Amino acid sequence: MIEVRIHGRGGQGGVTSAEMLAIAAINEGKFAQAFPSFGPERRGAPVVAFARVSDIKIRNRTKVYAPDIVVVLDPSVLSIVNVEEGLKDDGLLVINSHKTIEELRREYGFKTEMAQVDATHIAMEELGLPITNTTMLGALVKGKEIISLDSLVAPLEKRFGRIASRNIKAMQRAYQETVVAGKES
Amino acid sequence: MAKKTGIEVSLGISEAVKLADVDAIAAYPITPQTHIVEHLSELVADGELNAEFIPVESEHSAMSVCAGTAAAGARTYTATSSQGLALMNEILFIIPALRLPIVMTLANRALSGPISIWNDHSDLMSVRDTGWIAIFAENGQEAFDLTLQSFKIAEDHRVLLPISVNIDGFTLSHVIEPHEFLSQEEVNEFLPPYQPLVQLNPDKPVSMGMVGIPEIFFEAKKAQDVALIESKAVIKEVFKDFGDRFGRYYNVIESYRTEDAETLLLTMGSISETAMEAIDVMRDEQGRRVGLLRLRLWRPFPVDELREMVKGVKTLAVIDRAVSFGGTGGPVAGEIRSALYSTADRPYVASFIAGLGGRDVTVKDFMDMAALAEKMEAEGEIHEYKMIGVRE
Repeated sequence: MIEVRIHGRGGQGGVTSAEMLAIAAINEGKFAQAFPSFGPERRGAPVVAFARVSDIKIRNRTKVYAPDIVVVLDPSVLSIVNVEEGLKDDGLLVINSHKTIEELRREYGFKTEMAQVDATHIAMEELGLPITNTTMLGALVKGKEIISLDSLVAPLEKRFGRIASRNIKAMQRAYQETVVAGKES
Repeated sequence: MAKKTGIEVSLGISEAVKLADVDAIAAYPITPQTHIVEHLSELVADGELNAEFIPVESEHSAMSVCAGTAAAGARTYTATSSQGLALMNEILFIIPALRLPIVMTLANRALSGPISIWNDHSDLMSVRDTGWIAIFAENGQEAFDLTLQSFKIAEDHRVLLPISVNIDGFTLSHVIEPHEFLSQEEVNEFLPPYQPLVQLNPDKPVSMGMVGIPEIFFEAKKAQDVALIESKAVIKEVFKDFGDRFGRYYNVIESYRTEDAETLLLTMGSISETAMEAIDVMRDEQGRRVGLLRLRLWRPFPVDELREMVKGVKTLAVIDRAVSFGGTGGPVAGEIRSALYSTADRPYVASFIAGLGGRDVTVKDFMDMAALAEKMEAEGEIHEYKMIGVRE
C-alpha cells in the first residue's frame, strides 16, 4: 500500500488532487481512498489531504501518519510546516518550486528521494492561475508511477468539464518537466 | 467482478436513495451529513429522481415533515448528524409509535460541547430508547447496501419501523473509495414499491397519533417493543435475500478471525476495519489468539447471537465511542454486561471508551486495548470503564 499526503493551502485544491488520484487508481482496478484532513475549510491556511492506493482492500481508516509520498502544492508552506514529518526513510518528496533539488536540499536539509517541478510557472502558462493541484499530479506520477498518467485523464475530464483539457495539458507538461533525484546517502 | 466506481461515501448513499426511488425527502443541512442531501436535492432538481424534496427550517421540522409524508404512504428518507438529531428528538419517539418506516442516514458526530463536528457515537446513544432500528455500516459499500436493505426491512408489514443507518462522520462520509453499485433493474427486483398497511387518505379517513389513555398506553408500548424485537428475524431474512441475490452477505454481528480466540475485541462502525488490521498483526506476527466482533445491529440488540459468539471466550474488550457520564460502563459495554450477566460461562468484560470527537483509534491502540484487557482479566480487576488515548 502506498500512502500519500498532500500539503497545500485551503482553496488550492489539495483534496481534489487526492480524489483524482484515488478515482484513477480505482478505475485501474486498484483499491484506493482519498480524504481531507477532516474539519472546517480555511482558505489560505496550510491544509493537508490524504490518499491511499493498494492492490488489496484497504482497511486502515486512520489518518496517514507515515506517508510513502509527500506532495507540496505550494512552496510557501515549506518554511512553516515540517512536510517531511513521518515520511518513510525510502519515501519520496514531490515539491512545486522554481528552485532546483540541490537548492531545496541546502535550504531545508532534505535527504530523501525528491521530485521537483516549477508547477506554478506551468499552471500560470496553461491555466492562467497559480493553482497547481492538477499540475502536481503529473509530478507525482513522474516521481513514482503508482498509477499511469493516462488513468488521470478520465477523472480530470469528468471533474473539470470544459477546462479539463488545459488541466490535462498542465499535468502532462509537469510529467515531462519534473526532475527526480535519488535519496542522498 | 462488477466494475467499481470511485466515489465519496455520501454520494454513494445518495445513489442508493435514488435507486430506491424514494417519494419524499425532507432534510436540513448539517455537517458532516450535508453532501448526501445536497446531492439528492440536485438529483431531484435535475429530474433524475422523481421525489418531493422539502427544504425545512430545522431538523425538528424535517422529521415532522417525514412523519407526514410517511403517514401519507410515501417512501420517505432523511439524513442528519449530532445537533440535528438532538433537535429531532421529540419527533423521533413518535415515528416508531406510529409505525412509520422512515429511513434515515445518521452521519455520526459528537454532540456539543465543546462544539465538535467530528466523529463519535454520542449522537446515536442519545436516542437509544426512541425505538428506532439502528444499523452500522463500516465502509461505503456497506453504507450503499444497507441503505437499500433498510427500505425493505422498514417497510415489511411485520416490521413497519424506522431505521437509522449509521455511518461515521468524515471517517466514512467524506472518503472517496470503491463502490460496486447495483442497476435500477436489480434494485427494482429486490425492493418492490412501498405498500402502506394504513395511510392517511381523505377517502378512507383514519386517525393517527391519538392520545393513549392509561387503559391502552401500556399495551401500545408493549406492542411497539414486541415489533422491534421481532424485527430482527426480518432483518436477518432481508440480509440473506440481499446476499443470495448480489453475493454480499450481512450479519447482525459480524466476526473476524474469532476461531479459537481467547480474547475478543468488540467494535461498532468504521473503526472495525482498522481493528481488523490490528487482529492480523496480533495473530500473524505475535501468535496471539485474538479475534474481533463487529456489532452491526445496535437496536434491536442481538442478545442471542452475542451469547453464542462469546462462548468459551476468556476476555471481551468492548470499545465504545461515547460516554455514559457517571455510569457503569460505555453504552455498548453496559448493554453487553447486562446481556451476559445471566449466562453461566461469561467472559470478563473490559469497557474501553476511545475515539471521542474525532480522535483517531489506531492499530496500536487496538493492540494496547487487547493487552490491557487480558491483564485486567488475569488480575480480576474490578472497573466500570477506562478511557483510552486521552491525555491526563
